[in-house]
Amino acid sequence: MTATTGTASGTGRTGDPGTPAEPGTPAEPVTAAGPGPAAEHIDAAGAGAAPVLVRKEPPATAVLEREEKPAGSPDDPENLRIVPARHPWRWAAGVLALVVLAQFVHGLATNPGWDWPTFRAFFSTTTILRSVWITLQLTFYGTALGFLLGAGVAALRLSRSPILQTIGWAYIWAFRSIPLIVQLVFWFNLSYLYKRLGVGIPFGPTVWSFDTIGVLGAMGAAVLGLALHQAAYAAEIIRGGIIAVDGGQLEAASALGIPRFRQAWRIVLPQAMRGILPAAANEVISLFKGTSIVYVMAIGELFYQVQVIYGRTGRVVPLLMVATVWYILLTTLLSIGQYYVERYFARGAQRTPPPTPLQRARGFVRNIQATRRTPPAGRPAPSLGGRS
Amino acid sequence: MTTTTSDAMVQVRGVHKRFGALEVLRGVDLVVPAGSVTVVLGPSGSGKSTLLRAINHLEKVDRGFVAIDGELIGYRRSGGKLHELKEREVLRQRTGIGFVFQNFNLFPHLTVLENIVEAPVSALRQPKAEARRAALALLARVGLSDKADAYPRQLSGGQQQRVAIARALALEPKVLLFDEPTSALDPELVGEVLDVIKDLARTGTTMIVVTHEIGFAREVADTVVFMDGGLVVEQGPPAAVLDDPQHERTRAFLSKVL
Repeated sequence: MTATTGTASGTGRTGDPGTPAEPGTPAEPVTAAGPGPAAEHIDAAGAGAAPVLVRKEPPATAVLEREEKPAGSPDDPENLRIVPARHPWRWAAGVLALVVLAQFVHGLATNPGWDWPTFRAFFSTTTILRSVWITLQLTFYGTALGFLLGAGVAALRLSRSPILQTIGWAYIWAFRSIPLIVQLVFWFNLSYLYKRLGVGIPFGPTVWSFDTIGVLGAMGAAVLGLALHQAAYAAEIIRGGIIAVDGGQLEAASALGIPRFRQAWRIVLPQAMRGILPAAANEVISLFKGTSIVYVMAIGELFYQVQVIYGRTGRVVPLLMVATVWYILLTTLLSIGQYYVERYFARGAQRTPPPTPLQRARGFVRNIQATRRTPPAGRPAPSLGGRS
Repeated sequence: MTTTTSDAMVQVRGVHKRFGALEVLRGVDLVVPAGSVTVVLGPSGSGKSTLLRAINHLEKVDRGFVAIDGELIGYRRSGGKLHELKEREVLRQRTGIGFVFQNFNLFPHLTVLENIVEAPVSALRQPKAEARRAALALLARVGLSDKADAYPRQLSGGQQQRVAIARALALEPKVLLFDEPTSALDPELVGEVLDVIKDLARTGTTMIVVTHEIGFAREVADTVVFMDGGLVVEQGPPAAVLDDPQHERTRAFLSKVL
């Protein structure tokens, strides 16, 4: 504690008036950059600025003049210190916000209604962990199948055949129109409509068939519903990304004779990904939380399980918090993943790629270390020298 | 094929092209001998770019035909009919026709080397190592050996266009088409691109260059073609067309740009 305050005040003292790291100053005599007097000098010069400027009329001699002067003189334009503008209201607003936040956190910690012991007791029980796993599975299959099918539907909409275009459009129209929950219940009851499903010649004999109930259990119906629903939105997102790619790219690819599939896979899609990813990540996250809707089918995913437990124990709030914290945790992981995937597809988009948060943090630490190690120009800093 | 002349690399015969109500090409005839440089001049909207794009079938023509090295482009002739080719066959034909765009159209997510290697590997099925070696040699030829691993956006416009030329050359095309290759460049960068094209001209590459650089036409062209209103108005050696134009419209155009 004492060490920290010591350093802080130390840097404050030396860094403030001494104008650290001015180009050229280190070579100059030590006395020139004396903090207090130099600042006063500048003020004095500022008040009587006119004569200083007048003296410098012939630009050709300006260089000479600077050399004659004792380095660090207030007349030297390189020596003028820039004082940053102060923002007292910004600080006040920040403090106010922190106070409100602290109050909220204090409430979370002290209000017995949150019942943290119960939260702790249930947060990582096997039941909850298993339900989290089911939620993740639903999300994974919903996303994977949804985007796969969505890519197909997007391809239909972008095809040159008017029939295929219309079919693609109709799919999106239908599955965006039907509420997800209605669809889920419908798939759940599919066996009522079709007892057996099979593959065969259209309107002719069946080659192979199976019982609807056996194949499409509750989990299967849920995945099917989520995927079909997701595909409609994914199709539009993918199509949006593709049509945003400059038409000259396809033209160049076909002028080079690159085969058509390769044009799409190697040239257009990687560029479309930049546009697709932010919206797709939105969809994945919203699907992840949206899986809670399948509780209507009595599937033991996170939200359903939490409801079961608080139905039994009556502890609604702490168990809702269990679900909330899990959703927040996993969404955070997805968001971090999104950042790095986007970064990968941004290659070539900027002259120099921006640093990752980790690189940025490391650079920040390195900067602080560097400023501590080198004392501000022209000042011997015996008090700091030994410490870092 | 009875309609082709033996030493003509590119033949354009009676080509018509219409965009809606606007007839952009109204019966263009052009013969480009192998190893020659043809520079196409003309005011904007005269159909120069459309003609160039029709030559490699980026635009389908409404009437007439284009043949390169005796092979019809985009069509197959049987009797009095021209049957449109499948896209796969058109793509194969295009590997013999290099095209350099005004806006370079490099693939921004691929490095310079990947840009050049892409078509030889995927369209001509060249082995990767061989394609890389050829690409590096081409980069040396356009003076960009040190940029192989750079992304296009890290290059200046002139450098990007030189990469685009190397990319077109990687397919070892029979003919190179340039669509205003220097129009998107800063004036100080025009020279480096024109130098590369001049160098190609000296090595006997068959080229058709649409440009506004009259000085370049005078220096490099074997034939200067002047187009206006979708027609070839006048053509001949640069000395004849540029210094002693016979047609009034050519004269009017040259008086404005010179």
